[in-house]
Amino acid sequence: MEELLSVKYDIESGDFIRGGEASSNLKKLLNQLGIRSDIIKRICVACYEAEMNIVIHSVGGYIEAKIYSDHIEIIAYDYGPGIPNIELAMQEGYSTASDIAREMGFGGGMGLPNIKRSSDEFYIKSEVGKYTEIKIIIYFN
Amino acid sequence: MKVRDIVNALNFEVLAGEEGLDREVKGVYTCDLLSWVMSHGKQNNAWITVQVHPNIIAVATLLEFSCVIIPEEIEVEESTLKKANDEKIPVLKSKLNAYEICIELNKLGV
Repeated sequence: MEELLSVKYDIESGDFIRGGEASSNLKKLLNQLGIRSDIIKRICVACYEAEMNIVIHSVGGYIEAKIYSDHIEIIAYDYGPGIPNIELAMQEGYSTASDIAREMGFGGGMGLPNIKRSSDEFYIKSEVGKYTEIKIIIYFN
Repeated sequence: MKVRDIVNALNFEVLAGEEGLDREVKGVYTCDLLSWVMSHGKQNNAWITVQVHPNIIAVATLLEFSCVIIPEEIEVEESTLKKANDEKIPVLKSKLNAYEICIELNKLGV
């Protein structure tokens, strides 16, 4: 499958002001490409949650989106601290977010479940002290 | 109904995003847990929240909310208002609490 377009956004740790901009930029791009609005919404939910996870939980990372003719692949990669127990992290309501993040309305333990629910394919891998990588695939039809 | 009509009818203060006052309002959503809002909010909703940091504008933009309504005269961060102006999302402030705002919007037929 031929890749039509690829974009990459660096995401800074703790940057709640710019947090969400990568998702917004991706959304504008998908609108320009004429992708169906219900599909765009699913992509936005998944991308926003992945982006905010990097802002809230990691030391920083990036979001890379590769757009193909019939699907999008989003990689959310951060440089640590990694997830010790992925099964636990995937449970709805489980969160390790700071009190400050919770006061801001984050840390409901819904991020990863929301990403999985919005995706057609969802992969997560992580190594403590090194990285977390999420791969999301959403089809356009 | 347009955001402008709600502002006029309920005497809300427009803090930012004046360029978006002609957005159409369909339905109301109120919640402060952002992930919950992301997965349940709908396009053109008026969103009532006590959160006032800039990330609410990212949420409102992604979901294409018609406006953000801040209850109980909570002061909104300057960086939030700047972002709201950039994205043309009206941010409205009210003396009423979230419940009372819902009642008034309901009376208007939103």
